[in-house]
Amino acid sequence: MGHYIVRRLLIAVPSLLGISVVLFTVLALAPGDPFEELATNPNVPPEVRQMLRAQLGLDDPVWQRYWHWLTSMLQGEWGYSFVSRLDVDSLILQRLPVTIAVIGLSQVVALLIALPVGILAAVKPYSWFDRIASTFAFIGFSLPTFFTGLLFILLFSIHLGWLPFVFRSDVQATGWQWWVEQFKQSIMPIMVLGLFQGASWMRYVRSSVLDVIRLDYVTTARSKGLAERVVVVKHVVRNALIPVVTLVALQLPAVFGGAIVTEQIFRIPGIGSLLIDSILRNDTPVIMAVTFVLSALVILFNLLADVLYGWLDPRISYR
Amino acid sequence: MAGSIPASATAEPGPPRGPTGKADAPLPRSVSPWAEAWRRFRRHRLAYWSLWLLGLVVLVVLLGPLVWKLGINDIDFRARLAGPSTAHPFGTDDLGRDLLARMLYGGRVSLAVGLAAMLIGLVIGVVVGAIAGIARGWIDAALMWVTDLFLSLPTLPVLLLLIFFFRDPLKAVFGPEVGIFLLIVLVIGGLSWMPAARLVRAQFFSLREKEFVEAARALGASTSRQVVRHILPNALGPVIVAGTINIAAAILTESTLSFLGLGFPPDIPTWGRILYDSKDYLDIAMHWSLFPGFAIFLAVLTISFIGDGLRDALDPRRVL
Repeated sequence: MGHYIVRRLLIAVPSLLGISVVLFTVLALAPGDPFEELATNPNVPPEVRQMLRAQLGLDDPVWQRYWHWLTSMLQGEWGYSFVSRLDVDSLILQRLPVTIAVIGLSQVVALLIALPVGILAAVKPYSWFDRIASTFAFIGFSLPTFFTGLLFILLFSIHLGWLPFVFRSDVQATGWQWWVEQFKQSIMPIMVLGLFQGASWMRYVRSSVLDVIRLDYVTTARSKGLAERVVVVKHVVRNALIPVVTLVALQLPAVFGGAIVTEQIFRIPGIGSLLIDSILRNDTPVIMAVTFVLSALVILFNLLADVLYGWLDPRISYR
Repeated sequence: MAGSIPASATAEPGPPRGPTGKADAPLPRSVSPWAEAWRRFRRHRLAYWSLWLLGLVVLVVLLGPLVWKLGINDIDFRARLAGPSTAHPFGTDDLGRDLLARMLYGGRVSLAVGLAAMLIGLVIGVVVGAIAGIARGWIDAALMWVTDLFLSLPTLPVLLLLIFFFRDPLKAVFGPEVGIFLLIVLVIGGLSWMPAARLVRAQFFSLREKEFVEAARALGASTSRQVVRHILPNALGPVIVAGTINIAAAILTESTLSFLGLGFPPDIPTWGRILYDSKDYLDIAMHWSLFPGFAIFLAVLTISFIGDGLRDALDPRRVL
């Protein structure tokens, strides 16, 4: 098992390097020069500009620039924001917890919807429940998150007035009241993301359970006289959920996309709204760092899924 | 029936079948594969009606501007934020511009983006998958490594990054409309080819060992002839399905970008852009966000259903 984890880790390193090459290529190909301003400024003599460029390594060959960029990225020296003059890493660390909390809870909601509905639909395929559930799944992932978000605000904030539609990071209450306020302001973003993910996962759970339920060992379990409930819960679902684990991890890039949108709608001060804000303000260091962090998170979760998969499914060899 | 896959849950169940798995009704003499696919497609009622509905949307979007002649940028302050009426069936926005005209124009852009991005993604995917599938060995390993790498890129942030860096130069070269259109289509297509590539590779791996390809090889067919004449046509079914679903995904991505304010500029109203403009007026002008949101939903839903129907229709192993 340890061997297996090490091997997976060794596979993850080149992927991380590959992603860094992609990001750096984008950065290097991008037109525009950080010294554009200095070039047009008549008060800066050309030789000073040349010296500055040489000092900052802008005239080095591309592979050298990439190496510098990569080593400083890996050491956590991500520079400072052009706009707020704060260190990029502290900016990101400030924003990351909210995003992870919202994404994590929404994934829990998605699983709570997808698992029971998907399993019930697959146990009785083509029943009225299956048809209705599948149709709703289609509706669920055809409704873009930004539209559901607006519809939720329209219904729950404007018409009913139950929930606030702007997320506040400085809730004034304490104790129990604080949790109530937090719950009220996070429920809409979490539901928007969770419903969207739940709808697409439900179909995967359904087809995965359908694949397993027709296998011979399930028939054996039934012929032993086990109750249908026991057969489904103990024999079918346990095996059917193994591929779903990988799927949850593989969908993570899409989840980040959804999180960016919901954070923008509900004005949640997370990493996604940081990204959008910095793009609107041309804040290159922050944009690069956020993209890098999100990519690293995706790879990390893929790694986790791989390890989990190997642990759950003994058919996967550890060699 | 070994190897058969039940059709999707949203399809109608087929006629009762005899013990051999064949329909009891006598089969027609001979049908072309496309006619057979159409027959199977029609069995998926939701897909069938979706096709009609989507066709209607496309027709309205294409022909609508010929009938509805109000300009998309005609400002009329007397009719600011007006609800639906006979003069403005979809109401107006904060500058009094007619929303029906803007929706019709936006529909053209949104659907065109979906179609073009799908084509780009599909071409890249098929080429990469075909090369990997036919070459095997280290070329296959390298190409699949790149595919997996692209699959683990967080799509939306990378899209935003690309648009941020390349927006202005492309605008300068091709003008604001064409430049942004090209950029958006290229980046969406360039980040959505991976599933198609994997699919085509898997198809190639199984098809190249089939007897009919072996026969062609034995007759001395060159590799390119084997691929173009024998393998590719047989790998087409799943590719068409993937392409259909990619159109829906591309429309969603484009409207997401526009909704974040980083897609098309304000004077080119796509559905996502109209929604973005409307979101600060939710409380006083509900109609403004409901119409474009519903249009995106309808387009994506119908295309997804059509994809589902095509999956049932084009996979000969499905029982229908």
